[in-house]
Amino acid sequence: MTEETGKRWHDMGGTPAGPICQDDHDFALWEKRVDALMVLCGGKGLFTVDGLRRALEDMGEEAFESMSYYERWIAAINQNLLESGTYTIEELGARMDEITRRGPTYGEAQDV
Amino acid sequence: MSERVRVKAMMPPGHVRTPAYLRGKEGVIERALGHFRNPEQLAYGLPAEEKPLYRVRFTMAEVWGEQAECPTDTLDAEIYAHWLERL
Repeated sequence: MTEETGKRWHDMGGTPAGPICQDDHDFALWEKRVDALMVLCGGKGLFTVDGLRRALEDMGEEAFESMSYYERWIAAINQNLLESGTYTIEELGARMDEITRRGPTYGEAQDV
Repeated sequence: MSERVRVKAMMPPGHVRTPAYLRGKEGVIERALGHFRNPEQLAYGLPAEEKPLYRVRFTMAEVWGEQAECPTDTLDAEIYAHWLERL
């Protein structure tokens, strides 16, 4: 939020863009899963893409600079799922612990 | 006869669906797009009534003033009725 206008950080129309990175890149499996998770959440009526955007905007400019695109998405999805009561903080913490104990690699973390 | 509208200049915090660079600018309604659930309510997981959505056409001169490179070019934006005032 800029003091003088009330315009929020993400509302960038009309500000100089600077250089635009045109690099092409592939997506990691976890990133594809985050994208699919968003589609599933919408389909199940848990929350909408508007809620995703709202949570992304509220994360602030620092998150925009320090986190990757899908890191920001999964944080915003989690925020909406907690708000909608899909799971509790306690359930989320227990599940994260369980997966962490399986091992440090993506393969080890999978459900068997 | 195109209907002239002005985008409300209000600047509330929160999830808004009207870009700041169009606030207070005047344009014409290019077409009505139908009614859609208000995303500014959906964003918070709240019940959302259907609101009319319009495609509004602005000239670059109106949007950017003296800075407009091509003043007669136009820009279309889709804006909900509750962000518009009829002129």
